[in-house]
Amino acid sequence: MFSCQHSGFLCTTDHLNKVILAPWVPVVGLEIHAQITSNSKLFSGSQVQFAAPPNSLVSFFDASLPGTLPVLNRRCVEAAVMTGLALNCTINKKSLFDRKHYFYADLPAGYQITQQRVPIAVNGSLSYSLCIDNKMSQMVTKTVRIKQIQLEQDSGKSLHDDARSQTLVDLNRAGVGLMEVVMEPDMCCGEEAAAAVRELQLILQTLGSSQAIMAEGQLRVDANVSVHHPGEPYGVRTEVKNINSIRFLTKAVDYEIQRQIKELENGGTVVNETRAFDSKLGCTVPMRDKEGKQDYRFMPEPNLPPLILYDAKSLPANVNHQQVVNIDWIHERLPDLPSVKRAKLVELYGILPEHSFTLVNEDGLMEFFEDVVKRTQMKPKKVIGWILSDLLSHLKQHSLTANESPISSFLLADLLNLLENGDISSSAAKQVFEELWKGEGKTPLEIVKEKQLELIQDQEELEQICQAVIDEREKEVMAIKEGNKKVINKLIGLVRKATRGRANPLLVKQILEKKLSE
Amino acid sequence: MTPRNRFRWRVMRVLALCRWLRGGTVRALRLGAAAASSAPPSQDSVTVEVLDHLERLALVDFRDAEGVERLREAVRFAERLREVNTEGIEPLDSVLEDRCLYLREDDVTEGNCTAELLKNAREKVEEYFVAPPGNIPLPELEERDTFLKGS
Repeated sequence: MFSCQHSGFLCTTDHLNKVILAPWVPVVGLEIHAQITSNSKLFSGSQVQFAAPPNSLVSFFDASLPGTLPVLNRRCVEAAVMTGLALNCTINKKSLFDRKHYFYADLPAGYQITQQRVPIAVNGSLSYSLCIDNKMSQMVTKTVRIKQIQLEQDSGKSLHDDARSQTLVDLNRAGVGLMEVVMEPDMCCGEEAAAAVRELQLILQTLGSSQAIMAEGQLRVDANVSVHHPGEPYGVRTEVKNINSIRFLTKAVDYEIQRQIKELENGGTVVNETRAFDSKLGCTVPMRDKEGKQDYRFMPEPNLPPLILYDAKSLPANVNHQQVVNIDWIHERLPDLPSVKRAKLVELYGILPEHSFTLVNEDGLMEFFEDVVKRTQMKPKKVIGWILSDLLSHLKQHSLTANESPISSFLLADLLNLLENGDISSSAAKQVFEELWKGEGKTPLEIVKEKQLELIQDQEELEQICQAVIDEREKEVMAIKEGNKKVINKLIGLVRKATRGRANPLLVKQILEKKLSE
Repeated sequence: MTPRNRFRWRVMRVLALCRWLRGGTVRALRLGAAAASSAPPSQDSVTVEVLDHLERLALVDFRDAEGVERLREAVRFAERLREVNTEGIEPLDSVLEDRCLYLREDDVTEGNCTAELLKNAREKVEEYFVAPPGNIPLPELEERDTFLKGS
């Protein structure tokens, strides 16, 4: 486990129960490629779709046939501008396209069109939150600088067939628009990297500029990792690729930091190389097919003039609106970002910041919560407990999202109303919850009636049951009478068992105490 | 493209090559003489190492002495442009710089021509293109059958 103390230099590493206090400063930078959500590709009119028959979504331009030219997709420009604005970037009103040359079977043109010299957005920042010491109760906010965001083409997909010593190439993905978000090396461990990426993912999904699903390759993260002693220059860095989930990102970064520290402490050196994360072994390995340092021979893309963006002031008078991207217009229409959503939740419902964090973090949970609050008299502060402990734990156990919950927000609201009205006890409510989870279509009221879980309202009946428990448990009664007050909880528990959760615990306590003092 | 534009474009490419030759990307080839912008260009900038590097990067084959000499000529020719004082002037990187970059609507208008695309492929497997298992790097100079070895 890594824990970073941000006053400065010391990082404690806890590896296999050995605590090494070493003055190493890990440095982590990220390069993130997010696939733009659009109907067609960045420079051609072929469709963007996950999982289609091989080479069916490929135009002549994507296949790099001679005589074809790139034509920029307006939606991709808007997506990049939205993302730049959400990340507090300066949007370059004039940006340029370049060619980055390298040979690979899934890059038919032999070069990728990207924005190396003047990208579309620069100098932004991303704020994210971390739990200190794994406790949800303490969160700290950190910031990572965004160096730039650039538009570029995706490459096709290679399927390696080692058995027949060949590679099968599918160009469906070739030419899909990507936003490359380059983060400065402001992070110091896997946890920070993961939190930053998660926040970016939420922002992209909120904007709609990318669905950012890592499992489908819509969000790809490469980590640059190095270590150095405080006060000394940065160490040699390695690039870690093939990270397929946020959990693996944490593991990969932490493993690589450990590996580099171990290597250097043993007198070795860190080689500037590209390594792949092996999720099965939980370690990084050097990537094969590395031909030494690449020379990409960047050159301006001669087929594309500069991309000019406008704002309210610079907007030309008589112009075809379809040909104009207005930064201010996009800015006005930005939706509430996750950080704003969280602040609103805290203000509106009086819940804790940590709670709002979980609500926004879990797919659909915020909407579920707000739905329930609307339909129930129970205070949001109490509702949140049911959402975050009962509902969420069940969802996680069965790997479901809030939208897939067998208990709808209506049903949960009904249940909470019964509880709030004093018709059932909280332990009975939990029983009803379990029944509802089975998804058999019964309402809370039906379940309560079926299982006879209503609170016993008859005082006499309650007194009889309490008396029965007192009569049975001589030992405990003695203990209480001798002054050990805590034992009364055991009696309350027994009454609850006897009534199958149908007794109001407060009332039971009152009755027992009265009886025992007689 | 008009003949004038084609000419301009060719000059630009050679200029880009010159800029690249002079730039620090090829670390082993930093030549003091070439670094000074006012010094006359030396013929030595087109060395065997540079040619080997170019062959590796761009997979061109200079074939023979004539090919290499043609390259030297092109470099010499383009370097004459340095006689022009370009201080404080933005470099031209596209002859289209005064044109508007056309923006296309996000509609699906192409694709679905798998059979036609695969017609070009020598080998195919179930609608996939077939390629060798990985990049096969050019062998080192000593092991290559190239004219450069003699230089």
